[in-house]
Amino acid sequence: MARTHWLTALLVTAAGTAATLALQGPPQQAPPATPQKPQSEISLTITGDPGSLPRYAVPDFVPLTNDPETVAAARTIGQVLWDDFAFEREFSLIPRDTYQSIPAARSLTDVPFDRWRELGVDGLVVGTVEKTGKDFRVVTRLYQAATRQTAFGPKEYVGPAANPRLFAHTIADEIHQNQVALRGVARTKLAFATDRDGERVGDTVEERSVKEIYISDYDGANQRRVTTNRRLNITPSWSPDGRAIAYTSYRRGFPDIFISLIYQGTLENPTKGQGHNFLPVWSPDGTRLAFMSTRDGNPEIYVMNRDGSGIRRLTNHPENDVTPHWSPTGPQVEFTSNRSGPPQIYMVGVDGLGLQRVTSESYCDRPTWSPAPYNEIAYASRTGPGYDIKIIDMSSREIRQVTFGEGSNESPAYASNGRHLAFMSTRSGKQQVWTISRLGKDLRQITRAGNNVMPDWSK
Amino acid sequence: MRIRWGVCGLVIVLAVVVLGACAKKKPPVARPVPPPPPMEEPVTPAKPPAPPEPTVEKPVAGAPMKEDSMASRSLDDLNRDSPLRPLFFGYDSAEVSAEGQKVLESNGELLKKYPSWVITIEGHCDERGTAEYNLALGERRAVAARTYLVSLGIAAERVKVVSYGKEFPFDPGKTEEAYARNRRGHFVITAK
Repeated sequence: MARTHWLTALLVTAAGTAATLALQGPPQQAPPATPQKPQSEISLTITGDPGSLPRYAVPDFVPLTNDPETVAAARTIGQVLWDDFAFEREFSLIPRDTYQSIPAARSLTDVPFDRWRELGVDGLVVGTVEKTGKDFRVVTRLYQAATRQTAFGPKEYVGPAANPRLFAHTIADEIHQNQVALRGVARTKLAFATDRDGERVGDTVEERSVKEIYISDYDGANQRRVTTNRRLNITPSWSPDGRAIAYTSYRRGFPDIFISLIYQGTLENPTKGQGHNFLPVWSPDGTRLAFMSTRDGNPEIYVMNRDGSGIRRLTNHPENDVTPHWSPTGPQVEFTSNRSGPPQIYMVGVDGLGLQRVTSESYCDRPTWSPAPYNEIAYASRTGPGYDIKIIDMSSREIRQVTFGEGSNESPAYASNGRHLAFMSTRSGKQQVWTISRLGKDLRQITRAGNNVMPDWSK
Repeated sequence: MRIRWGVCGLVIVLAVVVLGACAKKKPPVARPVPPPPPMEEPVTPAKPPAPPEPTVEKPVAGAPMKEDSMASRSLDDLNRDSPLRPLFFGYDSAEVSAEGQKVLESNGELLKKYPSWVITIEGHCDERGTAEYNLALGERRAVAARTYLVSLGIAAERVKVVSYGKEFPFDPGKTEEAYARNRRGHFVITAK
């Protein structure tokens, strides 16, 4: 079995100063501690009643040691796993408060199956948590409640006790893959720009709030600061490998593109202060960046290699060409232009050929092409005083609206499986990051402190 | 149709005002500059900059600024009660209006009088556009103002530009008046 290492990396700030934050990567997948039972090698997919989703129950995991940390982690893992499943809606989740009458499992195998059957459970996740030094050892198993057969596991995970949520996210992704062949996003992250620290730009007489880049888990947990330069840092974009964030920074007093390697704590500046450069976005293979620059006089779209070499201009128009984004397979860049009146979405080949207009509305911006299997572009569209998120299907060119007029809704960014979008909304007053399904359901608020804008979702 | 290309807009406005004729897109040209206003009178901002936040010392509204005090004042003091007037723009426009030209001409005179001054023109936008698009629009506004100043004879290297999009509104209100105050080219003296 392939062994992936815990990535216990130091997130050193872009400025290279203090801020030491431990981040964890995927947990190490140690071989199962117990011998595989024969049925665990059989691929069993849990189904529900005909025409309905399988009903899942995810009770608290069972703490095998009685210390408060382990007990708390066991509860957290159950709750977070339930939330992760609920997010993707592949299973019908039985509410956790209905589990109270059912005695907890005493071990992975000593489970009151009949009681769970009475609750109408098809799939039951059982897990144990044990403290071993600074680590937790978590073992989990997915049962078909009616037959007591194992559909997934038993599988063991060992990793730092500091972040129990990551065990749940890993289990969620693996069970989604195992049961419904879904590439889950429970271990993905969000990046966004925020003024939450209340710091002020130092050298202006006006009172101006800085914005710094922050990251969080996809569900908003573990929010952490990436930049600390006390300037404007906006428009973050995750590299496809999730190890770097490119963004627009005014750290030298003018807008330029910087790349923070968040696990190494190093900083790159591919555009090297040549002109004013904004809005970097990664190519799908991570080797290039598209961006907007005024280096030739007015806002145009450019592409360059990641190290800043090979800069090429894609657009050439006296009006504004802005807000590029790379199509998922790479041959095209979509962007915003006011070349025909109010800002609209366009696309152009990365060779600069094949310019095409995509939208004809009152004002559109921030196009974001979905990952496969969907083939659609989400964007912000003016629908009144503010904006709403809309999606245009690139095959049929049909447009559907995802948000509906509560505050302004802007800056959409797809999850890596294309099923959800993160976006900025003022619906709760301040600017906050929210997520919503591509069908306009399952709204979740991600941020609450200060203003939080321009989210991007890691691949 | 609204002309957004700043230089083009400038040329057209000039053509309409000065020649009373239509204009097509032309390369930037130095405008025949009317005689500069006499500088014996201190510049009194017609539209004072946005009131500073409470922690900032309030300037006396409309008080004429003593020219001879300019040399002795710190950059922060100068910028807090700036002798360089802001330039305002129309909605989603980077066109320098006739009124804007007057502002730039008076700012240009001051820059000629204090030839050591280096300035940054900040391009700002109101909150109605999207944050991303406004980064481009703010840049256009700052560049349009700079282009006009250069056409008045101000050395290009004395005038830097920066776009802040809608990130730093001067007035947080959601009224037409607030929006109008936030659509501006804001002048900051960075060296003297």
